[in-house]
Amino acid sequence: MSSPPDLLLAGLARIFSPGRLLRNEAGLAPFASDGLTAFSAKPLAVVLPESRDEVIAAVRLCHEHSVPFVARGSGTSLSGGSVPIAGGVVIALNRMNRILKLDPARRIAVVEPGAVNTAISQAAAKHRLYYAPDPSSQSICTIGGNVAFNAGGAHCLKYGMTSNHVLGLTAVLPDGEVVELGGESLENAGPDLTGMFVGHEGLFGVAVEVILRLLPIPERYCTLLAAYDRVEQAGDAVAEVVASGLLPGAMEIMDRLAIEAAEAAVHCGYPNDANAILIVELEGEKRGVEADFERLKTLIAATGAREVRVARDNDERLLFWKGRKSAFSAVGRLSPDYIVQDGVVPRGQLGRALREIGSMSRERGIRVANVFHAGDGNLHPLILFNGREPGALERAEALAGDILKLCVKLGGSITGEHGVGLEKRAYLPEMFNATDLEVMHRIHRAIDPRELSNRGKMFPSGEAPALAHPGAHPLEKAGVIFRE
Amino acid sequence: MSSPAQAALRPRTVEEAVEAVRSQARVLAAGAGSKPVPAAPPEGFAALDVRGLSGIIEYDPAEYTFTALAGTPLATVAAELARHGQHLPFDPPFGEAGATLGGTIATGVSGPGRQRYGGVRDFILGVRFISGAGELVRGGGKVVKNAAGFDLPKLFVGSLGRLGVVVEASFKVFPRPRSYATLRAESGSLNAALAAAARLGASPFDFEAVDFDADGTLWLRLGGEAETFSGRLEQLGKFLGAPGERMEGEQDRLFWARRVPPPGGPAELLAKVPVTLESIPALDALLAAAGARRAYGAGGNVAWIRWPAPADQLDLLLRSRGLSGLVLSGPAGRPLLGAVRGEGFRRRLKAALDPAGRFPSY
Repeated sequence: MSSPPDLLLAGLARIFSPGRLLRNEAGLAPFASDGLTAFSAKPLAVVLPESRDEVIAAVRLCHEHSVPFVARGSGTSLSGGSVPIAGGVVIALNRMNRILKLDPARRIAVVEPGAVNTAISQAAAKHRLYYAPDPSSQSICTIGGNVAFNAGGAHCLKYGMTSNHVLGLTAVLPDGEVVELGGESLENAGPDLTGMFVGHEGLFGVAVEVILRLLPIPERYCTLLAAYDRVEQAGDAVAEVVASGLLPGAMEIMDRLAIEAAEAAVHCGYPNDANAILIVELEGEKRGVEADFERLKTLIAATGAREVRVARDNDERLLFWKGRKSAFSAVGRLSPDYIVQDGVVPRGQLGRALREIGSMSRERGIRVANVFHAGDGNLHPLILFNGREPGALERAEALAGDILKLCVKLGGSITGEHGVGLEKRAYLPEMFNATDLEVMHRIHRAIDPRELSNRGKMFPSGEAPALAHPGAHPLEKAGVIFRE
Repeated sequence: MSSPAQAALRPRTVEEAVEAVRSQARVLAAGAGSKPVPAAPPEGFAALDVRGLSGIIEYDPAEYTFTALAGTPLATVAAELARHGQHLPFDPPFGEAGATLGGTIATGVSGPGRQRYGGVRDFILGVRFISGAGELVRGGGKVVKNAAGFDLPKLFVGSLGRLGVVVEASFKVFPRPRSYATLRAESGSLNAALAAAARLGASPFDFEAVDFDADGTLWLRLGGEAETFSGRLEQLGKFLGAPGERMEGEQDRLFWARRVPPPGGPAELLAKVPVTLESIPALDALLAAAGARRAYGAGGNVAWIRWPAPADQLDLLLRSRGLSGLVLSGPAGRPLLGAVRGEGFRRRLKAALDPAGRFPSY
């Protein structure tokens, strides 16, 4: 007699040739976990579709046999969002990476879910356009994953997150129904279904085609770097900039530990005696930006910075950013292991959040480096630990959890851009009460009554794969992806 | 249970609003009724007037965020933000007619700034609403960046009171440009205006608004430091190949305040239709033939249509072009016209949020 998995596998084998239906240990191993390597599980099979019809067929087969599935791209999720379900199917979308349409007049791109984030900007560059959301793993992460987790980046205050750049999409719901949401217009009539779909963490099915908004490449960038004796001064400077009415594309702060690590790793020439560095970048139409930059320089000069540097050309600008962009992998050199969180606090609470994180760090003897998107209050505390030391991972996790609770207490969020995934499920009730969660559950059940699509993510209940400590992701060790 | 003829329910607090919703088997919330068609309860539905839920609850200018009750007039919000040099950059329309924050969310209408900055959906951060099951629910958050839970705030944009009653919302705001200037340029024809809008959209110019008319008139709005305008307008004139005519100060303000046509009475059908530069020519020809007046906004992403004939004829016309539309004023009827997209997804969301059909169907 055939069991459901056997029937499912037979069905999948009719669609996918052996090279695109992975069953053996070696084929499955790379899909066991994602950017958050602490979680892993062994799937039943991995399929590698090359067309939307194949994705739809795979989802329908899974539904027919009630076998759960996880769609994934490059697996850079930092919240365990694309960890497979034991005994379930992985729908790996990397081969569906085509840009189906790029229309410079309407400034849209229509892409398959496996398209890599930066590939879109590269393709659009010849029309002087780009795709704005810039998660740090953008050189390998895919649009499908960006859509599922509403990925962010360094420019969210001004430009918003992934959902602000998705105009429409075609999705296969968990029972195989195909829906088209939104369209090619910036505007919409009726409820914003596209907006509701983005950030679903895989629970609403699989996006098979996505319509993205493109923006003109700014004519001019003006960038400065200010060094401070205390990290609170940098935080206050950010508040000053915001209060002045300027709207920078990016404002980033690094603390002492992060600066030292970056300097040691990439020799970016940061002031080596600073306790905090603030990078502020304005961009836009040349005349407007240059006028704003004069105001910015005057304002920063009065914030008690010990040193202010202005990027004289693009090379110097890139040097300012080099240290910042390498900070995470650089911190990795200071410690065998680290956890990164991405809680958000109101900007006005940045100073307090940093002080409290600092005292928790000292009290518990756990080093924490801070690199954060100051413009939108999105912290990225890196909690350093040695996984070979018994109990160290658990102590680091406990500190990470307390930082999330602190973010909620200060009026913020447990996640700015990484999503809840597997990692932060226990903390969702910190933000939402039982009624809020019940309504979200009801929505989930209305869309996926059998909980087949990415089962176990986002919500506090449900089965969880074992927590383990296998060290950094191989791509992270190679400096290809970064946890921010 | 009350009869539909009963006077509108007028809660003064969120708790009273919850009670009011629970007391009615069929109910539709509305604010000032500045968009009368979506605000009108269908037959058999009681009216819930949320204007009593008014006031800004939290506003910290340094955070670029505020939270207000749903019945707060846009004018109140705008005045408070302006005191700190800030605004809702999507220029929500109909403030002069008393439009509320909740009605702006429920209908999902944005004004001239839509093209550059995004719309209601791009600035809403969090929402509190009463579900069809009578639950008071919170979605989203109050900070400018948040990825926790489903994005219910966005779902409620354009939801037309059919998924729940919004009682409170949090928004992101931006600094308001210190000055504005507008260039009016005649391109000569609709097709020339479409071509110009496409070129301008891909250019490095930062516009506060890009609108045009069916006769080819372009309306291009700049913002920022007034002393930069001369140089920028000159460059823009060169780019367009014609110097155009310049508007500043009160003239500029009044023009844009009235750019989105105000909804009228039952005899005057006003509809918002999402479009693209590609879909406009065929649509415009049909509208011209029917004698409809129209204006194009958001860089050619929205058409504001004054339709002289019955709504079902506009419905058919939109369907024939695969477009959808939202009726703001005109004869009573369903607010949504034309093609329906995503019905399979919307149906499930409606079933989850309003299982017993306490609110009207779409």
